[in-house]
Amino acid sequence: MNKKRFFNPDIQDKVFKVFAICCTSLGLLTLVVLLIDITIKGIRRINWSFFFSLPSRHADESGIYTALAGMVSLLVITLLIALPIGILSGIYLQEYGKKNRFARLIEINISNLAGVPSVIYGILGLQLFVRTAGLGNSILSGALTLALLIMPIIIVSTREAVKAVPDSLREAAFGLGATKWQTIQRVVLPASFGGILTGIILSTSRAIGETAPLIVVGALAYVPFIPEGPMDQYTSLPIQVFNWTSRPQQGFVVNAAAGIIVLLLFTFILNGTAIYLRNKWYKKIAA
Amino acid sequence: MDSNYGTYKLRTRHLNLFYSTKQALKDITINISPNTVTAFIGPSGCGKSTFLRCFNRMNDLIEGVTIDGEVLIDDVDIYKNMVDVHEYRKKVGMVFQKPNPFPKSIFENVAFGLRINGERSKTVLEESVEAALKQAALWEEVKDSLNKSALALSGGQQQRLCIARAIAVKPSVLLMDEPASALDPISTAKIEELIYQLKHSFTIVIVTHNMQQAARVSDKTAFFFMGELIEFDKTDKIFTNPSEDATQNYITGRFG
Repeated sequence: MNKKRFFNPDIQDKVFKVFAICCTSLGLLTLVVLLIDITIKGIRRINWSFFFSLPSRHADESGIYTALAGMVSLLVITLLIALPIGILSGIYLQEYGKKNRFARLIEINISNLAGVPSVIYGILGLQLFVRTAGLGNSILSGALTLALLIMPIIIVSTREAVKAVPDSLREAAFGLGATKWQTIQRVVLPASFGGILTGIILSTSRAIGETAPLIVVGALAYVPFIPEGPMDQYTSLPIQVFNWTSRPQQGFVVNAAAGIIVLLLFTFILNGTAIYLRNKWYKKIAA
Repeated sequence: MDSNYGTYKLRTRHLNLFYSTKQALKDITINISPNTVTAFIGPSGCGKSTFLRCFNRMNDLIEGVTIDGEVLIDDVDIYKNMVDVHEYRKKVGMVFQKPNPFPKSIFENVAFGLRINGERSKTVLEESVEAALKQAALWEEVKDSLNKSALALSGGQQQRLCIARAIAVKPSVLLMDEPASALDPISTAKIEELIYQLKHSFTIVIVTHNMQQAARVSDKTAFFFMGELIEFDKTDKIFTNPSEDATQNYITGRFG
C-alpha cells in the first residue's frame, strides 16, 4: 500500500510553479528597477554633445567621446586577436586533438579559465604585456589582456558548437571523398556557425563590460584625445563611468547614469544584431 | 597473379578486423561481381556493417580499429600505402542508415562531391546535379525547389537525395547500410525500385535487416554470424535451400 503523502502531487506541482515564478519575477524586478532608476537619472543628459564632448572638469560639459572611441578600438583589436585563435583552438581540440587524459586536462583547465576573476587577467596582462613586453598602458596591452580573458569563452563555445554537429554529416562528407579540412570547412563550420556566433556574442558583451582588468593594465581615467593607433593611451566607457561615480558632484552622477545607458544600449544592439543574424541563419538552414 | 583477376569488382581475402582487442571480422574472403546487387544479412552485431565499411575505409575514422588481410576493388588493394583514401572514396559511394543530407540546399547537397573535387563550372554542376537527381528518381519532385533546404524534404526523399549525392561523383560501387530501415513502406518500395534500376550502372552492396528486402532486391546474399561469413550464394538458393544450418535457422526466424 502506498504511503499517504502529506501533499498530493498536484499541490506540489503548483507550489513549485509559484516558487519558480517568484524567483523569475524577483530577478526581472531588480533589473527593471535598476533600469528605471538609471533612465530617470541619466536620460536628460543624453544628447549629441554628450556623445561628442571630451571629458571635462565641469559635469555638464563633459562627454564620452574619448571613452567611446577607446572602447570601440579596444573591442576591435581584442576581437581581431581573440577570434581567430579562439575559434581555431576550439576546432583543433574537438576535431583534431586526440581524446586522451591530457586532452581532458586541457579541457577542464580551459573551462576553469573561463571562470577566473577578471582582475587576475589584469594582473597577468600588467606583468606580461605592460612590463615584460614593454607595451606600456596602450590600447594594445588592454586588448591583449581582454583577448586572454574572452578566449576561453570562445574556445569552449566553439567546441560545444562543433561537437553538436552530428557525426552522420561528417561521415557523409568523408564518404564522398572529402578530406578532413574540406569536411570541417564545408560541413562542420557552416553547421555550427550559429553556436560559434553565440559564443562570440557572449564574449564580446563580456569584453565591453570589463573594467577591472583595464584599470590594472592602465587605462586612463582622463583622456582628452582620441586614440590614433594601437600604441596610444586610452580610456573606455566602463572606466569613464566608474570614474564619474567616484566624483562628489551631483552632475557627474547624472553623467555616469547617462554613460550606463549608452553602455547598455551598445550591448543591447550588439546582442540583438547577433541574435537576429543567428535566427536568420537557422531559418535558412532549416528550410 | 591469380586466376580471378579482372572478374570481380570487389574482393576481400582473409580479412580480419579488430576493435582494439575484440575481433569483429574473422577471415572473410568474398568475391563480388560487377553490376550485381549483393545483400549482407545477419543478426545485429554480426559484423555486416563493419564489413561494408571496409570497402570505403570508413573504419579508418574509428580509433583502435586494426585490419589485416586484403580488400580489393578492381584488383587494387585499397589498404596499401600508395592509395589516396580520399581519391579512393570518390569511387565508392555510400548511403547510410539514417538519411543524412547536409543542412544546405538540395542543389548544394548533390553538388557537394563535385565541388570538393574542384568543379567550378556552373553548367557542369547543373548538368551533373540534374543527371544524378534523375538517376535517383527524385528530379520530378524537386526540380522546382532546388534552392530549398534539403531538410524540408520527407525522409524518403532525403534518402533518395543522399543516393543522388553519392552517385553524382560517378562512383562505380554503391554501398548501402540499411538504407530503408528508417523509412515507411512506400518510401522503402521506391528505394528498392531504385536499387533495381541502379544495378545497371553500379555494383551495389546493401546491408539489410529485412530479409524480404534482401530477397526482393539482391542477386546474391551473404549471411554473416559472429563476425564470420557463413554462406554466400545466389539469393534464391540462400532463401530456399541454404547449405548451412545456421543460415536455415536465421532465415526461418529461429534466432536473430
